[in-house]
Amino acid sequence: MEISARKLGEFTIFDISGDIDLATSPELRQALLHEIQALRRPRVIVNLRAVRYMDSSGLASLIEALKASKDAGTRFVLFGMNTTVREVFHLSKLTTFFEIYDDEDEASAP
Amino acid sequence: MAGRRRDLLLSMAFRSDPESLCSVRGALAPLAEKLGFSEPECRAVVLAVDEALTNVMRHAYAGRRGRPIEVSFRRIPAPGRGAKRDALEILLWDRGRKFDRAKLRGRALEDVRPGGLGLHFIREIMDAVEFRRTAGRNRLRLIKVLPAPRIPKDS
Repeated sequence: MEISARKLGEFTIFDISGDIDLATSPELRQALLHEIQALRRPRVIVNLRAVRYMDSSGLASLIEALKASKDAGTRFVLFGMNTTVREVFHLSKLTTFFEIYDDEDEASAP
Repeated sequence: MAGRRRDLLLSMAFRSDPESLCSVRGALAPLAEKLGFSEPECRAVVLAVDEALTNVMRHAYAGRRGRPIEVSFRRIPAPGRGAKRDALEILLWDRGRKFDRAKLRGRALEDVRPGGLGLHFIREIMDAVEFRRTAGRNRLRLIKVLPAPRIPKDS
């Protein structure tokens, strides 16, 4: 898994690629929580388009970030759900808890 | 195809290291495809096995690395389907703590843990899930019925 962060004004956009599993999800969790809890960014956006594989530990990292964002007053937004990621969200039946958009323009719209 | 029944397709022995999950997924994906599962089914079977192994590492071995895990994949007659269908049987063995089912059950958003979600995924994906404790070892048996064989048009 690779994570890169872009800062655009008040937004932070994380571009994630590769596999998110038990081995890599702690890094994702730490990166998201740092941006939300320590830096208190108003909006944190996660681009999942290049994610090749994601399991429940990856999803749990996103859920934890979502919960932290509610406490911190951050908008936590996802976009670029490919088939693989969409299937995992569908299985979890937790899709409705997240703010999800098709592309970056929508995710970063006012 | 009676001669192919209970065929051992793949057997792996490795250690409880999260880095090994990627290798198992890499070995299982082509096997599932070869058995005739559709692309979404292949991804689902790989996910279920990954989740089962993750649970072993997180819960049975409490995150300790270097502990033994064995997994085997067999083609068997589908339980309860007579001689008509085959199934993929996956057996996972570990020497960790006994499964605590109560711990693995919760999956509300307020109390989401990877183990709880993982077991939920496994149950959604597989046709049968059985836990057993034998001689100090945990055995998890997963069954996924294979797609119905396609009948050639010219037969």
